[in-house]
Amino acid sequence: MASETQDVEATEIKTRIEAGIPGCRATVTGDGHHFQAVVEGPMFGGISRVAQHKLVYDVFGDELGDRIHALALKTKATED
Amino acid sequence: MSDELNREAAVAAADETAAADVPTMTLREAIQSAIDENEVILFMKGVPDAPACGFSARAVSALEHVGKPFAAVNILPDPRIREELSAISGWPTIPQLFVSGELIGGADIITEMYEDGELYDTLGVERPVAAAPIDAGAESQPLKIENRLS
Repeated sequence: MASETQDVEATEIKTRIEAGIPGCRATVTGDGHHFQAVVEGPMFGGISRVAQHKLVYDVFGDELGDRIHALALKTKATED
Repeated sequence: MSDELNREAAVAAADETAAADVPTMTLREAIQSAIDENEVILFMKGVPDAPACGFSARAVSALEHVGKPFAAVNILPDPRIREELSAISGWPTIPQLFVSGELIGGADIITEMYEDGELYDTLGVERPVAAAPIDAGAESQPLKIENRLS
């Protein structure tokens, strides 16, 4: 039961990040409330870490801290 | 010392404003002035000695390892503190670290910056001297042979 829920939730996060930031690639793990995401893409090049993380946070808006209790995030700039 | 006072003042200011049920702008102004008046200020869940969330604990730990005094505001007593803070910073999650009025980031960024040493630069603290690699130490010493034949 638990693992099925996990997979769906983490997959939803991944899908929404990749849809919200065209051209990025996201790897997401999580337990339904707490998630870890690694997001890579060329759009992260040349902007501050704060700006990089904001791009991802903006995908979820008010859901962060609410429905998605916590999202540990790592962003990486890749070559275009 | 003064940072400790500032920390208390910032917490007190935010608490009082929240408790007094004053118009929203005033709480926002209190938060903004706390950001402006403290060189290093961390908005967190709980207090530095007793963080109420793993992310806040990581942020406190990084700052304490660097050894820079910082002001801290506990956002838990009133949900409006967090709402107003996020409205100011455009950052949705807690903790949030500000240095010289600028948002540095949340727990992930603080941890990353601590690990690669950048946090020392941002906080104006000299980076610790890295331990010399083991090989370099060995090379710098002339080869010593212990005479076990006699």
